[in-house]
Amino acid sequence: MAGTNAPLGTPTKVTQGSQTKGGIGESTLRPDGTLKVTGEFAYSSDMWHEDMLWGQILRAPVAHAEIVSIDTSEALAQAGVYAVMTYDDLPTDVRHYGLEFPDTPVLAHGRVRHHGEPVAIVAADHPETARRAAAKIKVEYRELPVITDELTATAPNAPLIHEDRTDHYAGHVEHPNILHRQPIIRGDVEEARHRADFIVTGEYTFGMQDQAFLGPESGLAVPAEDGGVDLYIATQWLHADLRQIAPVLGLPEEKVRMTLSGVGGAFGGREDLSMQIHACLLALRTGKPVKIVYNRFESFFGHVHRHPAKLFYEHGATKDGKLTHLKARIVLDGGAYASTSAAVVGNAASLGAGPYVIDNVDIEALALYTNNPPCGAMRGFGAVQACFAYEAQMDKLADKVGMDRVEFRRLNAMEQGTIMPTGQPVDSPAPVAELLRRVKAMPLPPERQWESSEGADVRQLPGGLSNTTHGEGVVRGVGYAVGIKNVGFSEGFDDYSTARVRMEVVGGEPVVTVHTAMAEVGQGGVTVHAQIARTELGVTQVTIQPADTQVGSAGSTSASRQTYVTGGAVKNACELVRERVLEIGRRKFGTYHPAWATAELLLEGGKVVTDAGEVLADLADVLEDEAVEVEEEWRHRPTEPFDRHTGQGFGHVQYSFAAHRAVVEVDTELGLVKVIELACAQDVGKALNPLSVVGQIQGGTTQGLGMAVMEEILVDPKTAKVRNPSFTDYLIPTILDTPTMPVDVLELADAHAPYGLRGAGEAPTLSSTPAVLAAIRKATGLELNRTPVRPEHLTGT
Amino acid sequence: MDFLRPGSWEEALAAKAEHPTAVPIAGGTDVMVEINFDHRRPEYLLDLNRIGDLYAWEVGEDSVRLGASVPYTKIMEHLRAELPGLALASHTVASPQIRNRGGVGGNLGTASPAGDAHPALLAAGAEVEAESVRGSRRIPIDDFYTGVKRNALAADELIRAVHIKKADGPQQFSKVGTRNAMVIAVCAFGLALHPSSRTVRTGIGSAAPTPVRARTAEEFLNAALEEGGFWDNGKIITPSVAKEFAQLCAAACNPIDDVRGTADYRRHAVGIMARRTLTWTWESYRGTAAHTEGVA
Repeated sequence: MAGTNAPLGTPTKVTQGSQTKGGIGESTLRPDGTLKVTGEFAYSSDMWHEDMLWGQILRAPVAHAEIVSIDTSEALAQAGVYAVMTYDDLPTDVRHYGLEFPDTPVLAHGRVRHHGEPVAIVAADHPETARRAAAKIKVEYRELPVITDELTATAPNAPLIHEDRTDHYAGHVEHPNILHRQPIIRGDVEEARHRADFIVTGEYTFGMQDQAFLGPESGLAVPAEDGGVDLYIATQWLHADLRQIAPVLGLPEEKVRMTLSGVGGAFGGREDLSMQIHACLLALRTGKPVKIVYNRFESFFGHVHRHPAKLFYEHGATKDGKLTHLKARIVLDGGAYASTSAAVVGNAASLGAGPYVIDNVDIEALALYTNNPPCGAMRGFGAVQACFAYEAQMDKLADKVGMDRVEFRRLNAMEQGTIMPTGQPVDSPAPVAELLRRVKAMPLPPERQWESSEGADVRQLPGGLSNTTHGEGVVRGVGYAVGIKNVGFSEGFDDYSTARVRMEVVGGEPVVTVHTAMAEVGQGGVTVHAQIARTELGVTQVTIQPADTQVGSAGSTSASRQTYVTGGAVKNACELVRERVLEIGRRKFGTYHPAWATAELLLEGGKVVTDAGEVLADLADVLEDEAVEVEEEWRHRPTEPFDRHTGQGFGHVQYSFAAHRAVVEVDTELGLVKVIELACAQDVGKALNPLSVVGQIQGGTTQGLGMAVMEEILVDPKTAKVRNPSFTDYLIPTILDTPTMPVDVLELADAHAPYGLRGAGEAPTLSSTPAVLAAIRKATGLELNRTPVRPEHLTGT
Repeated sequence: MDFLRPGSWEEALAAKAEHPTAVPIAGGTDVMVEINFDHRRPEYLLDLNRIGDLYAWEVGEDSVRLGASVPYTKIMEHLRAELPGLALASHTVASPQIRNRGGVGGNLGTASPAGDAHPALLAAGAEVEAESVRGSRRIPIDDFYTGVKRNALAADELIRAVHIKKADGPQQFSKVGTRNAMVIAVCAFGLALHPSSRTVRTGIGSAAPTPVRARTAEEFLNAALEEGGFWDNGKIITPSVAKEFAQLCAAACNPIDDVRGTADYRRHAVGIMARRTLTWTWESYRGTAAHTEGVA
């Protein structure tokens, strides 16, 4: 509740006027853009409250161990410490949480299952005091053997990561260390294999990527007089947090009031809870506001990562280049707790064939429970790993058939009407062949751009300013890839959103207020909602209320869904407001002009106008002192679960497609890579804010580039401990690593979606990685079956 | 943790004598990382930021006296002609913000094998001016690095300046990282031609417990250049000589496998960098003996 008592650094409402119309299709600017660039934006870590304490989490230094004992006495005795809590201090019997099912202990109970698992929490009057007190908690561990891969997870007598599973997948899996398994079976692979003139197989490895958002996990919990708590937090879905937090605190949901604070990026890494419950527990225990801020090191342990995967693929094709069949097995490492692994399995399986027509398919995807770091949501969500494998396969198969790699893909590209391996028809535009044609047709960047009259410009070369080559060993390669991503929550999930829209006259001018619980994590909903309101209600001034739980759920800011679903909810609420306003108008002025009854009426420029443009009334005169407010839930069309044995079902709401062409230059002697250009063509149905769309495509493309050449959390296979939890050794692309990114945006409307739009945020992350890998393979002639690729893979050292 | 803030060099020496465990801090680009990561909680921090003398440099007849706190940015801007190898190395240090703060004194104090300045200092030839209340001494750079993150300083000594030989020939610096900017070295290589003494010096970073010279490689190359009359005839270096030099440089490494790279790759990459930097410097020498600047 961002009222008058709100702590410093919490968001306030944002009023956006616009000189132009500022409706949909225009590139209105983000209200927080300048603040973020100049360092003035208040992130969740910037909040401050009088008398607040600082929370600190003690985490497990080992990946798998029995907790023999915990002694907190020395920590409690330290001056300045207000509370130390362990599992035994939790206030209710609800002591676990989880996005899909509650298998994650709020604090470790008897056993830790991964490196960095929270064991105890401390509140103190200074962050350094809290840190020192946490270090004084004595925990005796008895280490247990670690499970780190499929072999160790399913070995006879393998220790079970979770004993006595009761979740709804437990009954269907072959081993309790398999979290979920989803087959997709269509056609007859055995029969098709006999018809194939060419068969290619491959085994691919996908590393563990981190979301690497810039604002570490942080939040502030303020105890309230009614026994409840106000939580200011950076998250992706306020109401999902609330559903998990309240029962652990023993509070009804209405007593846990949540307000979104400044979010420094998310990419899936804020779907799961981090410090939310811990801060609330400490605030309620001490009766004081408690702030928790992770540092970068802790952040690497404080959120789930992208699932690393092993992928086994077999494709066949006839000699004229038509795909005959696909057999695939995708093994995802879910780590110690479930998070969203089951849904990631569903995506990997159902999208595992890629954007191609393949009539005979036998795919199985599964996620393991291991002692590795928990993995869950990250931009692309299961579709990313599969895309890396099937696109490598497409190149191999095209070469074998003897076709151009792009033409081979275009020949097999799905289109509107194609039946997915799940049996679901693709019932909106699927311009896969066209996207490929477009990226291929773009002009190539000139060769040897580093050469100048003054010698080599090393910034244009692999190695950059590290001055490793002046052109020696440098070979160019070009690669292509295309991918398919679902939009919105799938498999029968009730994926609704809520919007509250209010119209009233202030100072003689009609103004609109939009209130949703949508988490603005950078995706641009903050401009899009205002644009929709302007388009639908013909006003200039729109105020966006801070997101909180005083309004219904907006669902998650993930799965490329917010513009579609919360945007759809805002549009719907605006339409209802418009109807009410027009009703008032008809009541007041209907007798003055026949068009009130006969014409289609619109709200434009603060007036009621006919579709022919005739002005009937000023909105100020229609509304006078009256305010019109609507809060309404909105749903996209329903989906259904995949059949447990065959994977058949209408599982997805919408599909999203992007294609990339990567141009790389590789120093083949040193194994260093410079991506010169990453061109992308993507269909977005309708670009509500074209500038934001291009930003999303470039951002997703860059994140995919990072996965191709540098980003990987390294876990020691012997100890399951994380080896590089810092930005010193977990590298993400700098501006010098980020290439020119020409973007070609198509707008082929999806008749099922608001304004015809198509979720845009994730698709570019899929095809970027395999395009870069394909280009490196082309430059080096190496097979390169794993990503990210490292210098030693390129030099054979 | 106590924070000591001497106002003068003499006060700083006195403080260091009184508190030998005090950790000097200037730009803080190494020390603060260690503190923030909780790798180190020194009893005392000795802040050298008030001592203006440490930010000054003097260009002498044969060498540059570089104050310990002169930031890398200044080296890049003002000392490219005199210290081309170090200027190239400075370019590769972290980000512009860190180059504005960090200096060679910190690199030497930390003595990490991954410090970017070390290969350039080894190749150019340098002496570290160390001082304590007991007096001042100059430690040859070849004797300065004594172990992993250990150096030849006594507990009461502070680094006041580094005396680096002015370039008398072309110098080069290369560093491998798995990103094109702002990256810690997987390994690095510095090379300086010294036409006045008809010698070549090298420096290897991040490929042994300490920064090292590839002495056998230097001796081989010195002999080969002398034997072939290369210093005088300015011929292209024979490929077999360059190859042998590269192999000997790789052999001078004693690297480890770690999160940043494998030992085999480091050895391989040092060899490649040795061959390339030799080619670049030699081409530069052949082109014009006066042209000493690297290309970056």
